[in-house]
Amino acid sequence: MLEGLKERVNEDAGLVRRGRYLTTTFLLQSGDTSWLVSIFQGRIVSVMRGPFVMPSSAFALRAAEAEWAKFFLPRPPPGSNDLMALIRRRVLRPEGDLQIFMAHLRYFKEVLAKLRPAAGGVA
Amino acid sequence: MNVHFEPIVGRYMHLDLLGRSHRIYVEEAGAGTPLLCLHTAGSDGRQYRALMNDARITARHRVIAFDMPWHGKSSPPAGWHEEEYQLGAAQYTTMILSMMSALELDKPIVMGCSIGGRIALHLALEHPERFRAIIGLQAGAHVDPYYDLNFLHRSDVHGGEICAAIVSGLVGPDAPEKDRWETLWHYMQGGPGVFKGDLYFYKIDGDIRSRIAEIDTRRCPLFLLSGEYDYSCTPEETLAVAKSIPGSEVTIMQGLGHFPMSENPEAFLNYLLPVLDRIGG
Repeated sequence: MLEGLKERVNEDAGLVRRGRYLTTTFLLQSGDTSWLVSIFQGRIVSVMRGPFVMPSSAFALRAAEAEWAKFFLPRPPPGSNDLMALIRRRVLRPEGDLQIFMAHLRYFKEVLAKLRPAAGGVA
Repeated sequence: MNVHFEPIVGRYMHLDLLGRSHRIYVEEAGAGTPLLCLHTAGSDGRQYRALMNDARITARHRVIAFDMPWHGKSSPPAGWHEEEYQLGAAQYTTMILSMMSALELDKPIVMGCSIGGRIALHLALEHPERFRAIIGLQAGAHVDPYYDLNFLHRSDVHGGEICAAIVSGLVGPDAPEKDRWETLWHYMQGGPGVFKGDLYFYKIDGDIRSRIAEIDTRRCPLFLLSGEYDYSCTPEETLAVAKSIPGSEVTIMQGLGHFPMSENPEAFLNYLLPVLDRIGG
């Protein structure tokens, strides 16, 4: 699900610039599958797929596989077009130190929007 | 050099609201039936820039938008630096009625979006005789908080960045990039804590669920227009409002989000112009 994320983010100079004060690791969960995404000064340095014995991350974004599938459509339906839309429907659970997530909310929205086939759509 | 000026004229009005002196920025364009426009939480009257520049509207309407105190080019009242800003329902209603009196508006059409759409429902309930018609954009009876509002105003999160990032997904997918980002820019420019203070009305004090069915559209016509992609005030919530108010007219605007007049004016006008024709006719 996260294939190509690192390259797509790192080649977007504007996105990396907006994340230049962000260094963190967050966990993304889709159903039973998890990834740890490590960011250094706005660049993604690694995307590791679980399972993990002791995953360590600043925060986690957890949703069902079907919800991420709708979110990653080229034109997601209403209610699935944005991280906050998923949170509003209580199908995306953000957990952990959410100050990092919220302080860089535009960055995280744009990073995950990179996984849509027509990246650059609704962020 | 090729320049042109828009037909919008802006002025600063001084008036007392709830015992305090205010300096309020008011813009208007056009002539005819007054159309008083109310902006969303955390933004300002620039959201109505396209309406004020569209001859299809201004040929028959005097379009007026003011920046609420603390917003846009309106100042907060003296002493603001020691206070926590919070918008309440009674204060919001008083502000709108006072502005109408100060501008000598005789039975205007009032059109508000989001918090403006909510207060439009309050006005429809409590002051229908003051209006020719009421248009609620993205109007619901209540919204439960779905994120920690404190993130909108704390020193370790940039206020302008977070306010725009919170609402960015509320813009519909078909919005032209220029208008999408203009809409978000207004959010980036809000003062510290102002968006959060407006949401006190939207999510707490402005809850009108228990009284919504008392709105009598025979006293004032009520039109509800909501964007398909709005997950703050969802189409379902607007349809529920319409269902409980006999005589109200509701339209769900395809492809549009929470800021129709600002994010995609052309698409919005296709929905608004027939409503204005109905009211005018």
